[in-house]
Amino acid sequence: MEFISQTWHWAISGFLIGMVMLILNYFGKVFGMSSNLRSLCAMTGIGKKVPFFDWDWKSQRWNLAVVAGAMIGGFVAVHFMSDASNVTLNPKTVEQLATLNIEAPNGKLLPESVFGTAALQSPKMIFILLLGGVLIGFGSRYAGGCTSGHAISGLSNLQLPSLKAVIGFFIGGLLMAHFILPLIF
Amino acid sequence: MNLLRYIIVGFIFGIVLTKAEAVSWYRIYEMFQFQSFHMYGIITVAILTGLVGIQIIKRKQLKDIDGNPIVIQDKEKGNMRYWIGGILFGLGWAMVGACPGPIFILLGAGFWSVGLVLFGAVFGTFLYGLVKDKLPH
Repeated sequence: MEFISQTWHWAISGFLIGMVMLILNYFGKVFGMSSNLRSLCAMTGIGKKVPFFDWDWKSQRWNLAVVAGAMIGGFVAVHFMSDASNVTLNPKTVEQLATLNIEAPNGKLLPESVFGTAALQSPKMIFILLLGGVLIGFGSRYAGGCTSGHAISGLSNLQLPSLKAVIGFFIGGLLMAHFILPLIF
Repeated sequence: MNLLRYIIVGFIFGIVLTKAEAVSWYRIYEMFQFQSFHMYGIITVAILTGLVGIQIIKRKQLKDIDGNPIVIQDKEKGNMRYWIGGILFGLGWAMVGACPGPIFILLGAGFWSVGLVLFGAVFGTFLYGLVKDKLPH
């Protein structure tokens, strides 16, 4: 059963993600995760005040069902399909992280020093997590999609707008990873 | 509407993204440092798989599960929204090492602090809805 608990190869993982998108196409839908954030807003009834959220989120219930399934999948994979060999990074990355006071993964998906209970005692970390979220939510809706909607669905359908968005994702990501993260951590 | 099939697809998606470690803060950091091919490999193979599948769908004019032709709408034309929105999204993606799919998956897996990221993301979506008409698209 080792092949299940170890890190899945990028080729197998990529193929399965592509298949997930195609299966949703076969169901007559388009793969995209960030529009669920719009549904969550619309569900509160805020559409009466902000027209952007006055839309039929119930027609998007299928996508919320995908989210529910993904959450269960994440739970099963983390609790029953993991082992200590997971998240084996490039040793150079581990060294670099140490200079930012972020510990090596040792099988963990997330660093305790950013997401752990102790880290959340720090107002700075709470602010970072919230602000990161705001940028993700605002940016994905402004760009009309995120990694799933633009990088996977859009690029595989040869959409020029998606290429612009994905180049934007990487410009923003590289700026953050190389110039801003070293300042804030 | 039968939601079960969507829950099953989502379940597979959640497992794959977790086992691929695409939900890992560390993998996103490593990707943006160009220190591993792993994430680039995942994204490239996913796109190539989708590309081949969509070409087959279009050329054979395949029908969906309900018997309707599969139509995948083109994205709206535009410039500013894709560049600016894309850059803002990228800043957030690298800042917290997660995009919308992984945010939900990590929360389901029991990483409660990711709830702060989700709260921020819902709020950011709300902010966009609020100021949308004043922004260049």
